[in-house]
Amino acid sequence: MLRTALTIAKKDIYSELRTKQVLGTMIIFAGLVILVLSFAFDPANNTTKAVIPGAVWIIIVFSGILGLNRSLVSEQRNDTMHGLLVAPMDASSIYLGKFMANFSMILIVEIVSIPFLFLLFDFKMNSSIFYFILVLFVGSFGFIAIGTFLAALASNSKSSEMLLPLLLFPMTSPVLIGVTQATKIILINMEKLPNAIAWMQLVAAYDVIFFVLCFLLIEYVLEV
Amino acid sequence: MMIEIKKLTKQADNKLILRGIDLSITQGETVAILGPNGAGKSTLLKVLATLIKPTSGLVKINGLDLKKDHIEVKKMFGYLPHSSLLYDHYTPLENLVFFGNLYGVKEVENRARKLVNEVGLSFFINEPVKNFSRGMIQRIAIARAIIHEPKIMLLDEPHTGLDQGAITILNNVVLSMKEKGCTTLMVTHDFKQAAEICDRIIIVKNGKIADDFKINNKSLGLVSEKYKVLVEGVS
Repeated sequence: MLRTALTIAKKDIYSELRTKQVLGTMIIFAGLVILVLSFAFDPANNTTKAVIPGAVWIIIVFSGILGLNRSLVSEQRNDTMHGLLVAPMDASSIYLGKFMANFSMILIVEIVSIPFLFLLFDFKMNSSIFYFILVLFVGSFGFIAIGTFLAALASNSKSSEMLLPLLLFPMTSPVLIGVTQATKIILINMEKLPNAIAWMQLVAAYDVIFFVLCFLLIEYVLEV
Repeated sequence: MMIEIKKLTKQADNKLILRGIDLSITQGETVAILGPNGAGKSTLLKVLATLIKPTSGLVKINGLDLKKDHIEVKKMFGYLPHSSLLYDHYTPLENLVFFGNLYGVKEVENRARKLVNEVGLSFFINEPVKNFSRGMIQRIAIARAIIHEPKIMLLDEPHTGLDQGAITILNNVVLSMKEKGCTTLMVTHDFKQAAEICDRIIIVKNGKIADDFKINNKSLGLVSEKYKVLVEGVS
């Protein structure tokens, strides 16, 4: 299963490196959001720092949706999804492969855009980088796990670009609330770290439950 | 029996598409499935290819259950539908290597290069598929379908839109695979090609098998005559 999932993930990432369609759009979008926010909020003002945790997740969520939608709609051209479905593997391998590719792409967006956000907001990180990376990982994992599944569900609809956010936001709201709270504590108020850890544990549990559910149910979603 | 189908039905939106198909195909047979539009030919092929789940019935492939042993069964199939199933921005070599890897083909790059040569496109091996004509794409699609040397080929209207060169290549592939013992099931509207390469004809009408007969000497006349009587009601 892992071998075929890696083959699919490699194919998607290689396609992206060649066409530069989705990753480029995601990074440009993230850059524009950061730029607009930096115009709207004065970096010299101390209260502006309170905006940063929310801005981090706005960037991840909205640029993530751009990538998620594309990752499964692209398989409809020439019915390449049928080619994957008739190959000797479970449908869950396709899900795992797509998840790995989408997760790698959102990590790249985060690596590029978050330092840019901190730079434009003149934000100096005095807190724990480890916990910050951990919260980004836990949040992105849940968002992409659920998003990949819902993108597969929405890809059969003609208005998939509209349908995906409508399905995704309610489903991922516990993840987004949890990680935004945890990020706020980690970036601004490290004394309350146990609270942040509790939020992360809650999100991690949600991630595991939904990842397993999506893994089991994808077969019914991908049926022709 | 290579393919054994018993009482196969498929219902979609309260409409019965397949109404109890019973069919047995032995190894090495080349079978054409003919019938009017909406008869259920492609659905039957998609059920076999595991793209669609049947509503009821039993399908056994080389003694294996299609549902329980689906991964083993899928290894035996080479599926060639009307769409190419190829990635546009990939070259023929990249497409074949990708699909070969999914099937766990050993020395996949050598095998892919050999197949591209066989379908006469070695000159375009590093060109993206998006620049190809329909005929060229179909040649690569044929190579994709046989990259893992399948035991059963499922072809859905494979001759549609092909030039004479591509038709010859496709027919030669089917015949050479037959020599190796490969079973072929081909949905088609092209009676001439069906008579040319197939040794058994199945006519499907309203989700049921209306006729099932063997043909000798590539007798196109017999196929057309039987089809007219059964489907068009001409006696």
